[in-house]
Amino acid sequence: MQKLILSVLFGMVLIFWGCSSDSKKSEEQTQDQSEQAESELTEFQLKNGIGPITEPIKTGPIDTQMAARGKELFDSNCSSCHKIGERYVGPDLQDVTSRRTPTYIMNMILNPTGMTQEHPTAHKLLEQFATQMANLSLERDKARAIVEYLRSVNPNLQTSKAQPNN
Amino acid sequence: MSFFKYLKTITVSTMSFVITIALIGGCSSQQKGEIGNQDAASKVYVAPGQHDEFYSFMSGGWSGNVSVYGIPSGRHLYSIPVFSQAPINGYGYTEETKAMLNTSFGFIPWGDTHHIQPSKTNGDYDGRWVFINDRNTPRIARIDLKTFRTDEIIEIPNTAGQHSSAFCSSNTEYISANTEYSIPLDKPLGNGVDVPISSYKENFHGTVSLIKVNQETGEMNIGFQIQVPPFDYDLGRFGLGVSKDWVFYTMYNTEEAHTLLEVNASQKDKDFVLAINWKKAEQAAADGKGQVVDANYDHNMRDHETGIAKTEVMKQVRVLKPSDLEGAIYYMPAPKSPHGINVSPDGEYISEGGKLSTVVPVQSFSKMQTAIQNNDTTGSIKGIPILKYESVLAYEVKNAGLGPLHIEYDGQGHGYNSDFISSEIVKWDLKTGEVLDRHPAYYSTGHLTVAGGDTRHPYGKYLIALNKITKDRYLPTGPEMYAGEQLFDISGDKMKLLLDFPVEGEPHNAAEIEASLIDSAQVKFFKLSDNKNPYVTRNEHDTKVVKDGNRVDVYMTAIRSHFTPDNIEGIKVGDTVYLHVTNIEQEWDIPHGFAMKGNRNAGMLIIPGETRTIVWKPQSPGIYPFYCTDFCSALHQEMQGYVRVSPANSNVPIKYGTNKDI
Repeated sequence: MQKLILSVLFGMVLIFWGCSSDSKKSEEQTQDQSEQAESELTEFQLKNGIGPITEPIKTGPIDTQMAARGKELFDSNCSSCHKIGERYVGPDLQDVTSRRTPTYIMNMILNPTGMTQEHPTAHKLLEQFATQMANLSLERDKARAIVEYLRSVNPNLQTSKAQPNN
Repeated sequence: MSFFKYLKTITVSTMSFVITIALIGGCSSQQKGEIGNQDAASKVYVAPGQHDEFYSFMSGGWSGNVSVYGIPSGRHLYSIPVFSQAPINGYGYTEETKAMLNTSFGFIPWGDTHHIQPSKTNGDYDGRWVFINDRNTPRIARIDLKTFRTDEIIEIPNTAGQHSSAFCSSNTEYISANTEYSIPLDKPLGNGVDVPISSYKENFHGTVSLIKVNQETGEMNIGFQIQVPPFDYDLGRFGLGVSKDWVFYTMYNTEEAHTLLEVNASQKDKDFVLAINWKKAEQAAADGKGQVVDANYDHNMRDHETGIAKTEVMKQVRVLKPSDLEGAIYYMPAPKSPHGINVSPDGEYISEGGKLSTVVPVQSFSKMQTAIQNNDTTGSIKGIPILKYESVLAYEVKNAGLGPLHIEYDGQGHGYNSDFISSEIVKWDLKTGEVLDRHPAYYSTGHLTVAGGDTRHPYGKYLIALNKITKDRYLPTGPEMYAGEQLFDISGDKMKLLLDFPVEGEPHNAAEIEASLIDSAQVKFFKLSDNKNPYVTRNEHDTKVVKDGNRVDVYMTAIRSHFTPDNIEGIKVGDTVYLHVTNIEQEWDIPHGFAMKGNRNAGMLIIPGETRTIVWKPQSPGIYPFYCTDFCSALHQEMQGYVRVSPANSNVPIKYGTNKDI
């Protein structure tokens, strides 16, 4: 249903684009689209993303063993496009765990196409970076380990409790 | 009647027949109604995003490929490279795939595909593999239907003009492949190969080959060959049901002509169907009959773990003679230069297109068994008894049209034959041979196919005429054009023409397989963790450039939207550069392409999780850009890189990287 509404909206955007004499109007339409999409999502989805993780992931103190495994997985799977401390093909992920919940990050890893199509925040990032995040078909526990690694590299998380709650 | 008189008669009758058909066609409201008929349109309309009911696998003829179409829409879904190099994805150019095209004659980058046969279980298609022959360089390929890729090619020794193949037994125990153009055989099978052409009758031979298929892996190995008289073996089918232990082949040139066959191989009123009990032949081979002789043929297989094709040179083959097969090999007379042959779903009826005759003879398997028991023969040829025509005949389909070529069945008690000369499809009652319906086809139909028409349980429903002449059916494309196929609805009493659709190459035959047998099992990408290619690079940290003398190996990764490394220096003129590119994506339909300026080779397409290698020998110093050829993302244009090639004697060291000055 969401997809259908989005497609219809997208179609409308294209039509309006065709009629529009200035680019401002199309921006407004895009804005409308995001707002519409936003209203279709549940509060949980807005906060935690859309994908296979439908229950909030609970986190505690950083599990260093899991974070070490997460680093290996990050290096082999994510580092082609993401760096810690610099913008690369995709966003800098140093403090991503301050900006997003662990559940959101896992859904982004496990369902990147669905997220950029349906989630307003992920959709805006796609507009900004232009490259669709790759789906590397990772298993859930691997995505969880990567989250733990990302928590371990977040300086905010080490000095304060600035992590968003689930 | 002399041949020329015969020809004259056939020409006159053809003309009058065609005129009659044209007149009937002109007056018929049915035919006019069919063209542009909304009912027909709705029957072939597959809405956007919806899928067809059937896959149709069509041989590509001289394209050397297999083309895949959706039925009933006629959409061209894909072309599978088989015997021909394919610049579209690098098949036959990359180091991983080159060996698929090895033969005992060397690397042969082209083939002439003819006859598709899907694998079967209990006489019905099972969706595992399709097999196809190369007529010119005798070889058989196996295509895996999980990937739509050619996984194996085996060459057939002691054979030429391999038209009479590939045919598949009821449970895919064997694939059969036979000689059309008989040839002299090496000693000790013949008198040697360097003989006068005029010694054809004495020195030339045909062979029937039965290729054993491994039920788990699909791997093919030649079980045995049977040396047979030097006739032109044309087409064949394995039996079904009651006749499933038998295989039947048509042939012409029982005159044993070796020049102007057009005239000299059409002298006799009857040629033959060769019937072999393959179960008994298999037993004879297992019992050690015949002789194992030296041979030289290539067997190419793709290793699923590494993705690399390897060639094994085979050195021996077992050859049986008719005398080893007493009670298991017979000739059945058939008029005249019979071409296509098919066995009815229950296995009882065996019918042939008697190309130069106007009747379709239908033999009865049970009558054949009785004739064998009663020794009801009219002599023998080189140890092969000839069963009496009248004793095995069920009936002849009279008025089957001119130039009947092929027969199919619908499982509803009907046979259908195509006519090349009179350009029509004729439907008849399978029990009596009474003609029930006929429909013009445009133009000169070769094979025809009923969905599942050579199985125990044909799907029926659709019939496709594979026409040899296209002419004015589509917008013209100059002197060359695609072949024209026509889809008929055969669900009612009368055949209805639904659709014309053009297809590439020359589809000699086709097979329709229910989509549900295939679509859910598709491989969408390859798991990177399972990639055992020795040159795989699983992540960017492991990318490297290694120089050893004049050989340079580049271990490169591709992901949206960059290569790593994308700047390389230190390559020199005279180096042979192996570009090993691994696509580290893990998602369906995100291939990356790779192309290097000035490479006297091809580009290549790399599927997620796979490694592909293309060889590049730079000819002169300079900066050589490379790029991704498959539009992979919004930043696809940016997916590019540079290689610096220095003079042979330069001191530029190997350096490489991405997103840094090297």
